[in-house]
Amino acid sequence: MSLILSVLEQGMIYAIMALGIYITYKILDFPDLTVDGSFPMGAALTCVLIAKGVNPLLTLPVSFLAGVVVGVLTGIIHVKLKVRDLLSGIIMMTALYTVNLRIAGRANFPIYNYQTIFDNDFVNKIFPAALKPYRTVIVVLVITLITKYLLDAYMRTKSGFLLRAVGDNDTIVTSLGVDKGKVKIIGLAIANGLVTLSGCVYAQQQRFFDVSMGTGTMVIGLASVIIGTSLLKKVTFVRVTSSVVIGSVIYKACVALALRMGLPSTDLKMITAVLFLIILVVSMDRNKTAKIKGGSAK
Amino acid sequence: MIELKNIHKYYNPGSVNELCLFQDFSLTINDGDFVAVVGSNGSGKTSMLNIICGSIPIDSGDIVVNGHSIVGKKDYLRHRKIGRVYQDPSKGTCPSMTILENLSIADNKGKPFNLRAGVNKAKIGEYKELLSTLNLGLEDKLHTQVGSLSGGQRQALALLMSTMTPIEFLILDEHTAALDPKTADRIMELTEQIVREKKVTTIMVTHNLRYAVEYGNRLIMMHQGEAIIDKAGEEKAAITTEDIMSTFNKISVECGN
Repeated sequence: MSLILSVLEQGMIYAIMALGIYITYKILDFPDLTVDGSFPMGAALTCVLIAKGVNPLLTLPVSFLAGVVVGVLTGIIHVKLKVRDLLSGIIMMTALYTVNLRIAGRANFPIYNYQTIFDNDFVNKIFPAALKPYRTVIVVLVITLITKYLLDAYMRTKSGFLLRAVGDNDTIVTSLGVDKGKVKIIGLAIANGLVTLSGCVYAQQQRFFDVSMGTGTMVIGLASVIIGTSLLKKVTFVRVTSSVVIGSVIYKACVALALRMGLPSTDLKMITAVLFLIILVVSMDRNKTAKIKGGSAK
Repeated sequence: MIELKNIHKYYNPGSVNELCLFQDFSLTINDGDFVAVVGSNGSGKTSMLNIICGSIPIDSGDIVVNGHSIVGKKDYLRHRKIGRVYQDPSKGTCPSMTILENLSIADNKGKPFNLRAGVNKAKIGEYKELLSTLNLGLEDKLHTQVGSLSGGQRQALALLMSTMTPIEFLILDEHTAALDPKTADRIMELTEQIVREKKVTTIMVTHNLRYAVEYGNRLIMMHQGEAIIDKAGEEKAAITTEDIMSTFNKISVECGN
């Protein structure tokens, strides 16, 4: 039971990050490695703020905004300075390592004795003792769903339409008299905002920041997006954002299963990498057969 | 009015592949003109459009639109007054968005893309009416993804989208080239209809000599970066496809083909 709970908790926390990756990878076709630095940045900021006595709820918007700034910087490096997409992300990721150390002041920062969004007077009051084990998963569910619905709502605005258009066919964005570079920067800003928000929630659930906790964020996010979108492609009533959330939970379940089968937790990153490789290869196979079956579908 | 003045354009300057495309090329397009541009591959037709739209820079010369030079102006800023339809039907529409969403985004050209609802429900009736002028039955498919439409349907939609908002110039870059003959004819009829209704200054590049002769009030034939035929009004009306064909053949002989 506790295994299922922890899969759901972590899966849904990482889902917020995966929603960001969905924007960069699927919509903008931009392999944004910045996330390996912006995820721990959310954690670092959160731990420091909470240790300083800031209301845990306030760390959510603060983290999101910090991520927006980081995304804008990556965007400017790519769009204005014309650095290739992958390199722009790597530059930011590397720089953020130092930024995160500066924010936290050291390589790890525990917040065991502080109140978090999961463990504070208010939450403890409204949840009866019987529901205490489910406290975290319920709070996570609420935050993830709110984020998902906000993103869905944004995608239906004029600005959101433009973001979808730039990924679909950036020629048309120019034809509309809009700077496609600016749209890309907005997309990267929202994406990194979500990733940093995810790091913020993760830090409060784990109750610590560690400078290396961001390694592999991009891979986990990509795996979740690919699982979600390719597994639930045929199910039309599920929105893409929902499939990404579900994909993230499935991915965490796979990792948990691998650890359960006796692999030591020090092998975690290897499991992450191998699992991602398997997912990539399998989803490519699926695309191939779909193409043959579909004929001139595209 | 668009004036191209003494345009010079080299590709790959300074390398062995250096190619002079335009040398002192000048052309004036008057308000209300519907210009058909023909010419062999590499003659500079599409490059001319790209120079006007800002997709490629020029080496020297001046591009003057309504009395103001637009050299150095960013392409997306120039497109605010320009509607453009491409050869590739997929370039004028967003495949993963529905017909309604595509029309909504095109309708918002020139206005801010802010956090208001992307689709204005009050305008659905208007869009349906607009689509019904195409006679393709698209008005009943508002919620269909554009990616699942045929090339002809997409091109018709692209034409509609590029002319939805007030524009000064319509640029058609071989917009019927990827379509089957019947659909191409239909798109040309639509083009004529829209150009006439909106009275928009139009430049149409085409490889179809029949369209060049049949449509428009001016015909230009490009060859090696020069306009070797430029006829307007009655002179244009008197031109036949045979006339153009014979000039085409003459050029080919000169070039050694």
